Amino acid sequence: MRARFMLSLALLGAALPAAAVEYGKVLPDKSQLTFTSRQMGVPVNGRFARFTTQVSFDPARPEAGKAVLEVDLASIDAGSTEADEEVAGKNWFQTKAFPTARFVSASVKALGGGRYEVRGPLTLKGHTQEVAAPFTFKTDGATGVLDGGFTLKRLDFGIGQGAWGDTDTVANEIQVNFHVVVAPGPTTPTK
Amino acid sequence: MIREPALNSSSSSYTCVAIALHWLVALLIFFAWPMGVYMHDLPLSPQKLQYYAWHKWAGVTVFLLALLRLAWRAGHPAPALPEAMPRWQRQAATGLHHLLYLLILVIPLSGWLMSSAKGFQTVWFGVVPLPDLVGKDKELGHLLEEVHEALNFTLLGIVAIHVAAAIKHHLVDRDDILARMLPFLRRTPS
Ligand code: HEM
Ligand code: HEM
Repeated sequence: MRARFMLSLALLGAALPAAAVEYGKVLPDKSQLTFTSRQMGVPVNGRFARFTTQVSFDPARPEAGKAVLEVDLASIDAGSTEADEEVAGKNWFQTKAFPTARFVSASVKALGGGRYEVRGPLTLKGHTQEVAAPFTFKTDGATGVLDGGFTLKRLDFGIGQGAWGDTDTVANEIQVNFHVVVAPGPTTPTK
Repeated sequence: MIREPALNSSSSSYTCVAIALHWLVALLIFFAWPMGVYMHDLPLSPQKLQYYAWHKWAGVTVFLLALLRLAWRAGHPAPALPEAMPRWQRQAATGLHHLLYLLILVIPLSGWLMSSAKGFQTVWFGVVPLPDLVGKDKELGHLLEEVHEALNFTLLGIVAIHVAAAIKHHLVDRDDILARMLPFLRRTPS
């Protein structure tokens, strides 16, 4: 009797990773989308206040993971009021004509050591390019935390044209970082 | 190189180092000051970002040169002022010099803190990042901007007196005070 109990415990233990939780309920208030540009060698931080994310991630089956990200570009905080107004304009995001940026994952793979990589097309200001973003997954109590980022080459998307095309003043590379907190459960779109 | 007179007579000059530092700092200020006023009113453009950067680099350089100046000054006292000068004038000259030293230290400090408070770090020549001693804080940024501006207008006033005094010494008193800082103007062999 006792042996059978031990056996079932052992089986349960072995089965655990496969039955791991799927994380799909994004907690928007705890999630962040930030970026860092370089202006005359000075790192300047900014963020997007409004974005919707759909994430489903199961660390036991990372390749089944999915993510959709939609960013309301008008919600940018580019570091100063002056900059916020400037980047809404034609040379930058042209927010009126292209109000949102969209990323849809095509694949997720494990890199080992708690690190993963999501790949997929990013559409921004009418340009679509594939991006790859490495990220980590950690559990924090009942929730899961995805932290990652990638380097966006702004000129590939026509961001910062005209006089701003000079990359000695504002570097071409923009570091984009995401911090997404998800609770276990089926995927639900969030605002 | 340093042709220091044996006697520290009233007409003796500042050391070469003191003279070089004085004029280097003055040149940087004559560059940074109008740049500060001009850049402030420009609409946002790459040019504006460049001007802000140059202004800050020049300002930080002034600060470092001011420290160097004070260190040098500690070991090389200023030549004594002529006995013929009224006592109040000598005191005023010394007092204003102290104020000038103070201003060329506090003005860059206020600029550095202001930049941090506005959320823009200072990276000297785009290479050496200065730490942000205060976090991003809009109110504080605005306050420090006012402080920076007020200190700068104080500097403008004091430099105006400083320059007027130097010219008066040269043209009215016809002494060697200006020549102590500009040796090529020397009239009497020292
Ligand atoms: C001796 C050195 C300096 C001088 C003479 C100087 C002078 C000035 C002047 C005259 C202004 C315009 C004030 C106005 O009318 O609004 C200004 C603005 C400014 N200065 Fe300086 N400055 C110095 C150093 C610095 C340093 C070291 C920094 C930063 C690291 C700095 C950052 C700024 C900024 C950011 C502004 C513009 C404020 C704004 O309009 O947003 N300055 N400066
Ligand atoms: C922003 C510009 C300037 C600053 C911050 C400045 C600052 C100073 C300081 C701190 C001293 C005292 C040096 C010491 O005793 O260690 C000094 C001396 C002197 N400065 Fe300037 N100065 C400036 C511009 C000028 C200009 C434009 C002139 C000439 C027209 C000038 C002429 C002199 C002279 C002649 C002395 C020597 C006074 C003496 O022999 O006691 N300065 N300056």
